[in-house]
Amino acid sequence: MSVHDTLLNRLKRGCETMAYPKGPAPALPDRHGGALKVEAAKCDADCSACVTVCPTEAITRPAGKPVALDLGRCIFCAECVKVCPTKAITQTNDHRMAVRRREDLVLGDTGKDQVRLAQALDKKLRRLFGRSLKLRQVSAGGCNACEADTNVLGTIGWDLGRFGIQFVASPRHADGLLITGPVSKNMELALKKTYIALPEPRIVIALGACAIAGGPFIGHPQHHNGASGLVPVDLFIPGCPPHPLTILDGLLRLLDRLGEPVAKR
Amino acid sequence: MKRDTPFTLLTNGAALSWTDVPEWPLAEFLRNVGAELDRGERLSSFFGVPEGGALRLVAVLAFDAGNTLAVGRSQPFSGSFPALTATHAQAHLFEREIWEQHGVVPESHPWLKPVRKDHGAGPAVGDFFRVDGREIHEVAVGPVHAGIIEPGHFRFQCAGEEVLHLEIALGYQHRGVEEAIAGGPHRATVYQMETVAGDTTIGHATAYANALEALAGTEAPLRAQWLRAIALELERLANHTGDLGALAGDVAFLPTASACGKIRGDFLNLTALLCGNRFGRGLVRPGGCPVDSDAERLSQLRKRLETALAEVQQAAAWLWDAASVRTRFEHTGHLHAKQAAAIGLVGPAARACGLVRDVRFDHPTGWHRFAQVPVSVWPDGDVFARARVRWLEIQRSGDFLREQLDAVPEGETMSSLPALAPNSLAVALVEGWRGEVCHVALTGADGRLRRYKITDPSFHNWTGLALALRGQAISDFPLCNKSFNLSYCGFDL
Repeated sequence: MSVHDTLLNRLKRGCETMAYPKGPAPALPDRHGGALKVEAAKCDADCSACVTVCPTEAITRPAGKPVALDLGRCIFCAECVKVCPTKAITQTNDHRMAVRRREDLVLGDTGKDQVRLAQALDKKLRRLFGRSLKLRQVSAGGCNACEADTNVLGTIGWDLGRFGIQFVASPRHADGLLITGPVSKNMELALKKTYIALPEPRIVIALGACAIAGGPFIGHPQHHNGASGLVPVDLFIPGCPPHPLTILDGLLRLLDRLGEPVAKR
Repeated sequence: MKRDTPFTLLTNGAALSWTDVPEWPLAEFLRNVGAELDRGERLSSFFGVPEGGALRLVAVLAFDAGNTLAVGRSQPFSGSFPALTATHAQAHLFEREIWEQHGVVPESHPWLKPVRKDHGAGPAVGDFFRVDGREIHEVAVGPVHAGIIEPGHFRFQCAGEEVLHLEIALGYQHRGVEEAIAGGPHRATVYQMETVAGDTTIGHATAYANALEALAGTEAPLRAQWLRAIALELERLANHTGDLGALAGDVAFLPTASACGKIRGDFLNLTALLCGNRFGRGLVRPGGCPVDSDAERLSQLRKRLETALAEVQQAAAWLWDAASVRTRFEHTGHLHAKQAAAIGLVGPAARACGLVRDVRFDHPTGWHRFAQVPVSVWPDGDVFARARVRWLEIQRSGDFLREQLDAVPEGETMSSLPALAPNSLAVALVEGWRGEVCHVALTGADGRLRRYKITDPSFHNWTGLALALRGQAISDFPLCNKSFNLSYCGFDL
């Protein structure tokens, strides 16, 4: 191939980085479904169809109480959506799911039919990290899907670097820790050591169902059912794995870099 | 091809009664396995099945040239057994695993140490092979690596820049996958199978579905088998494209690295077009595929596939055209065909050593019985060969998809799964993008899964990486590692 062809191809392709967040967010795949919404008031009395199909016991319905769905445990298989006779659990097609507090992922109660999206870091941390956030990534029992879709953010289409967010090769260079996987017992020590090696102030992000609550392996004795029992978590990003757009939304939300509410689809 | 063997033959994706698996006294069993390995056959899986307080060993051999599998088992025993590893390197990790899982000791095993667990602190705590000498130094890397990668520990013995020996200690990702299935299938089992190795979701989910369908005495509808074959090639395309980009990145050849990073995502999005998830979660289930795609969706798939294939062609052309890339790829991380055969290497890494082995061709099951993908081979055994085989496979996968998307089978994609036959054994092999994914399922008298053995291609291939590093400059480790790109969680289970 001649240099001429290469240059011409490069010119034709132009800038391949997406406009988001200045422009509209790219659409999720039409069968993705996005975040779930739970309207517990719609539930039939005594119905627990969703509870019995959920593979990760993310849905509970104690007798006489409304249904509760924990998006932190959810692996988004949508089996509950399929079996719900009253459409109380529905897909929103919304990619935004990241929260700051674990309890904000539990849906169902009045006024909590959708996730309460993450607030930005406080002013002091925003001043420190808002334009330059260096993250160290630790996979602790992750299946390489969360890892792969985090890696994707570094490619030309997403270009995470334009927000000053970068993954670094030493905890000493990092402002925060991004954890994937349910935290296998065999990674406990390495995770703790990495956390301690981060200079303060430091933040921790739990990415994916495994890191939040154990994912498909929830309750197994070989791991810790997520990171929050070992290190304080500042941001929870649900999904199995979360779509890259969900991850980016979470990171930008934390840094208050989304600007005005973005017109979506 | 029929030939004289004491083992019972079965085809990929078939089941047989546990009592039909020939049983020999331990010594005879090991002798029989050894004899088949001496004839050049391959150990696909080798594991223990607890029997009361004792243990049976089960061997699944692949007769690649004969297009058949062979199984056999030992009588129950306890205590110890003479290690096959001493004479047959293929058994090396299997025997360490048997020792770790069941406590029976493979006697005269040359390197007996844990595979995944060591008192809960990770296997790296054990002793490493050390080279002595005043000029020798040791380099320890991991478990946490520089980048967004799974954890593992690498211990190098070096003389200056040159690596004399590399030992790889894994187990950090151990989640207890096999233990979790016992007594199943449970409600979460299929989701766990999809995350055995998240980048091989279709490979492992298909092997699991095939195994269960075999035990249930049924077959997925043809259109579902077709969909699985489509998804398997999309998975291969995404990962091979990502690997070409990453290899380019490791030799600082940025045009291909940048382009392939994006195109990899385009292939993942094609899987998401079929099922909503970029990794194919929810696409394969025992009994078929729950989500069908109509003609319009498939024509969109075909159109977007063409764009992505044209782009990867361009990106690969830059790579192969660059002399700077060729000098870095050629003669780096070399593995001989003899070594590869001895350690039972599988997948593109084996084909890059000139070994002609590919489950889609040698042991066709599902849709591959009707449509084959030619086996892509390159003889040299170096990084160049492993990159080249990936590129050849990208082209073959593209051709396969084009051909298949032009001839869509009609019909349902989902059927209900009958109860699993009790006391039966099923073997399912799938050619995942890294190589042979092997699932062996054994039911008990109650028709529940009594033992489930998973062998990810990485289980065979990590040893290949260790051997390829011998005599290399340690600075070439990232490039060699990437050229294998093995799974940590698939190995650690």
